[in-house]
Amino acid sequence: MEVGGYEHVVVLQNIKVVDGDLVETLKKIPRGTLPGDFLDAIVVGMDMLIKKYSSTNKGKKRLCLITNGLSPIKDPYEGSKEDQVNAIAQQMTSHGMKLESVVVRESVVLDENVSVMEENDRILNLFPKRTCAKMVFVESSTSLLGALKTRSISPVTIFRGDLEISPKLKIKVWVYKKTSEEKFPTLKKYSDKAPSTDKFASHEVKVDFEYKSVEDANKVVPPEQRIKGYQYGPQVVPISADEWDAVKFKPEKSVKVLGFTDSSNIMRHHYMKDVNIFIADPGDQNAILAVSALARAMKEMHKVAILRCVWRQGQGNVVVGALTPNVSDNDHVPDSFYFNVLPFAEDVREFQFPSFSNLPASLLPDEEQQEAADNFVKMLDLAPSDKEEMLQPDFTPNPVLERFYNYLELKSKHPDAAVPPLDKTLKRITEPDPELLAKKKSAIDSLLRHFEVKQNPKLKKSMKRMREKPSGSDEEDNYRRITSKNKVDLIENGVKVEKIGDLTPVQDFELMMSRRDNPEWINRAITEMKNKIHDLIEDSIEGDNYPKALDLLVALRKGCILEQEPKQFNDFLHQLCKFCLEHDLRSFCDFLASKGITLISKTEAVDSDVTEEEARNYLVKREAKPE
Amino acid sequence: MELDPDDVFRDDEDDPENEALRQRASSKELVVYLVDASPKMFSTNCPSEDQKDESHFRIAISCILESLKTQIINRSYDEVAVCFFNTREKKNLQDLNSVFVFNVADREFLDRPTAKFIKELSRLEEFFVKEIGSQHGIVSGSRENSLYNALWVAQALLRKGSAKTADKRILIFTDEDDPFGNIKGGAKADMTRTTLQRVKDAQDLGISIELLPLSQLDREFNVSLFYADLIGLQGEDLAQFVPAAGERMEDMKYQLRKRMFKKRIVRKLTFSVANGVSIEVHTYAFIRPTVLGSITWLDSVTNQPIKIERSFICADTGALMQEPPKHFQTYKNQNVKFSVEELSEIKRVSTGQLRLLGFKPLSCLKDYHNLRPSTFIFPSDEEVIGSTRIFIALHRSMIRLNRFAVAFYGTSSHSQLVALVAQEEIIDSGGQVEPPGMHMICLPYSDDIRHAEELHSGTNAAIPRANEDQIKKAAALIKRIDLKDFSVYQFANPGLQRHYAILQALALEEDDLPEIKDETVPDEEGLARPGVVKAIEEFKLSVYGDKYDESDNAGHKKVSEASKKRKALADGAVQKSAQYNWDALADSGKLKDLTVVELKFYLSAHDLPVSGKKEDLVKRILTHMGK
Repeated sequence: MEVGGYEHVVVLQNIKVVDGDLVETLKKIPRGTLPGDFLDAIVVGMDMLIKKYSSTNKGKKRLCLITNGLSPIKDPYEGSKEDQVNAIAQQMTSHGMKLESVVVRESVVLDENVSVMEENDRILNLFPKRTCAKMVFVESSTSLLGALKTRSISPVTIFRGDLEISPKLKIKVWVYKKTSEEKFPTLKKYSDKAPSTDKFASHEVKVDFEYKSVEDANKVVPPEQRIKGYQYGPQVVPISADEWDAVKFKPEKSVKVLGFTDSSNIMRHHYMKDVNIFIADPGDQNAILAVSALARAMKEMHKVAILRCVWRQGQGNVVVGALTPNVSDNDHVPDSFYFNVLPFAEDVREFQFPSFSNLPASLLPDEEQQEAADNFVKMLDLAPSDKEEMLQPDFTPNPVLERFYNYLELKSKHPDAAVPPLDKTLKRITEPDPELLAKKKSAIDSLLRHFEVKQNPKLKKSMKRMREKPSGSDEEDNYRRITSKNKVDLIENGVKVEKIGDLTPVQDFELMMSRRDNPEWINRAITEMKNKIHDLIEDSIEGDNYPKALDLLVALRKGCILEQEPKQFNDFLHQLCKFCLEHDLRSFCDFLASKGITLISKTEAVDSDVTEEEARNYLVKREAKPE
Repeated sequence: MELDPDDVFRDDEDDPENEALRQRASSKELVVYLVDASPKMFSTNCPSEDQKDESHFRIAISCILESLKTQIINRSYDEVAVCFFNTREKKNLQDLNSVFVFNVADREFLDRPTAKFIKELSRLEEFFVKEIGSQHGIVSGSRENSLYNALWVAQALLRKGSAKTADKRILIFTDEDDPFGNIKGGAKADMTRTTLQRVKDAQDLGISIELLPLSQLDREFNVSLFYADLIGLQGEDLAQFVPAAGERMEDMKYQLRKRMFKKRIVRKLTFSVANGVSIEVHTYAFIRPTVLGSITWLDSVTNQPIKIERSFICADTGALMQEPPKHFQTYKNQNVKFSVEELSEIKRVSTGQLRLLGFKPLSCLKDYHNLRPSTFIFPSDEEVIGSTRIFIALHRSMIRLNRFAVAFYGTSSHSQLVALVAQEEIIDSGGQVEPPGMHMICLPYSDDIRHAEELHSGTNAAIPRANEDQIKKAAALIKRIDLKDFSVYQFANPGLQRHYAILQALALEEDDLPEIKDETVPDEEGLARPGVVKAIEEFKLSVYGDKYDESDNAGHKKVSEASKKRKALADGAVQKSAQYNWDALADSGKLKDLTVVELKFYLSAHDLPVSGKKEDLVKRILTHMGK
């Protein structure tokens, strides 16, 4: 639906509660080829909010503008662009609306666009000065994902009261959480006991706890009859909650400054928990000034304040922490303090480690190596001066949560869908940026040339740590089952290969396949091999692992033919190719095709349902098909 | 013990049970206290702290008691024996004269300290004369050598446990600097020789022997007469010994009660640096919040431990079931199901364990980039040779260039973006203060960061900022309240110390609670110094003008506005409430016929809570009316 008067602005969906349809609609977002005017868009968006809510819901109305800010905006019919911004800003203020602008610039802007860009940035920058608005620049899709706030939590103060510098000087402050870990959602347990005909079944599972005497398993102890026992040496001392309450440490609610100290006295790694923020009572102008004066003085002098905090009356303990200044550069945001909890004497464990300088020379880098390391650290720069800082925490989304919600959406439509591989955008968080690696190849190569690492040959293989298993606990179960059944066996026959190692994977695989003490070994060997190949490809940078992966694949193929498990191999090859195509790893498929790897055909293994021709053409066909 | 019903979601890094287990396995200390009980120990008095004279014997016992009380909390797996020599009675496995091993029921001679043991030892004087008795063990003319016997008994006790896993010590408390002084001629030389030989034998078995001498008022303990040879003192150590031993006694009495942790590796990690080159690092938990010792739930009637049994019940059918394999999340009005395997697959976003992504200047690491305690990283060449060298080279480069590394730390159950901050070794006179290595700091994601400071950003007026003068006054104030040598290690946790004190008092049935000093309270005296007061007054004048006292109430005024409103409401309710005949309504059971609004008139008029369902309101009214 085009909006009258505003060219190239389309309302895709009017305001409504978010549902599945909206997600679908959004996926079909129309892509135009014409430049748009973001001021027009703001006006349209604002208008929608006003029409729907007029002046209610003050402070809860939010406009989020996502733009690259590269299309020129029209001159208004009357007045200047500034006047127009002022007028819009005024409207927003009076309706209690917030504006969030996310400017996306993935690549460097070319010459002719620079002036437009500068002008647009200037215009957008006017908003934060005039009204409640925020503007951020992002340079990658990863940061864009992080910049969009999907879940807003209404902040709750954890303390309101006096920041007491001395009994004679108390500043009114409010304390909020600044960071708090967003946990993986807690899912409900599913019960399949209800008949499928019951449409109103909740499928929930209740978890019941029963307390039983250790000595007499039939004796149930009611919850209120329980009492806490505390360890004192080998004994347990029962102490009731009332007894504790009568005698325990009960500090008064207060937040007191113990003093100021040089910021160098506090190490960064002493910070213990998530961070709080101290803001002056917003209704108390003098408190805002007092906080501002202290924060600015502390910043200038490189000082921190040491605080003793009891947030609530009745809290059984005190918290000691460091208050550090947070001077604001936005005129609309007050100066504040960050508060980090520091450890008590009991929390610090004093472990001794050898000095680096006392280590034998064979463990120390020489001058050339040091230079290579220096260069490496300089080159692999995530915050170059000419670009936005990469992986800034404020713009980096939690990949696990993103992945979960994407999968949730997928599963709501296809209940049997497997977990898709990590999205490319999210991989920029979990893995090094290939672009950066490619650009700084010389520094990396030089580092690798100067240093040598190798596995310690003296270590027994069985001692070696196992690589993380790539998926679920299935294998783990298998593993346990096998080991428990065959413990006696193993002891009798000496050490057998139970695991595919990193050094001689092909031999390990063959040995495992030839074990006859339990048919499970074959499945396990195949699964492990698949994982190994998968990992190699996934970890490979510019194909450096491809030849190794090929060796393993050849071995796997041979093994699968020998053991008459063609389907295992064929499915895996399908899956692998699919995975590669989805992950910009086409080169691996091509590599396989060039080395003549094929599916296992009927002629090779009777159980296969693939004809010889199909088998031969599989990878070739892939190659021909443009993606 | 709290049960976590969602084990799947737990971060496995700091498993407390695991920690306790490993601690138990690590080395422990076996100590035999040898206390001289000769009549001289009772007759010589020393002025004690409270100006009362105390015998040497009592000093020794109270020192051991304090040490045991600390030990039972700090290292309760260590074993002790208390053994007297120069006694009338004898009690020891070898049945040697003049040696009495003190013990209580249900305990071996050398065993973990128990509450009963400590309690009996504190009552020792009540029965010492009757049951043990003091008597010179070395008299001229007899061949008896009580010191020799005592050392023999102690050595025999310490035969328990292998020298590799246990640290074995004998501590001798005596005020007799010349035990064979009254023996003449060859007998003396003979006794000296055999005693020293016994000591040497013990030392050869890995037992260390220490002396805690008690000096008399008029004459200092002369180590060189006999004991210098026994404990192997020479030269300068000899002169230093007595004063140093005095300090040691003091130390034994005033140790901090804290659980000791042996240095152990939390995890061995592969740190992938670049292009498939990985090194080996170990992580250590340096700073972790101390939790109160483990809690066991007991049946309050029998004081027997109870166990928790968990059962799953289908909410729809009420059937008892196994732990369900699936979980679900309600999304778009449908239940989306996930298997445990799928959930763990979602969380596994990285195959490597610690993957380097790049470097940033230290200024990019903000004070609010924190979520939990840091973890220490130190390299190891145990499995991958060459690890230490690369690690040190990077460590030095990062320090020189003021940079930290950004890395992705992923295990199968938890993953996190982390900052690696290089820490240079810091040594002071007391030894290593900060070991060299890197600290791994958990970075928040954008999902974890909140923006409370923007919450109150005014849309109209700019937020006030402190001016030059105000900042100058603040700086003067900061200079006045300066903690020069602040160290994060300096405060004991008052809540925890109190907890231990209460536990001890209850376990030992002590009558009064030991006084615990709260070290975290501000120095009120210091704050009252005229210089500080002046700086505070000047700051107040500069920021608040002469309105500090008014502004102190500003907050209350605002509150009173809200409460005015509430008061008006209550007044209205009183009026309206008066229109009903509540008694009659209640008696006739017609309260439930009123609307919720009407019911609330009564509740507000009587200052009762108005929350809950209608039945609750009715119930509350009836209770209030006493019906």
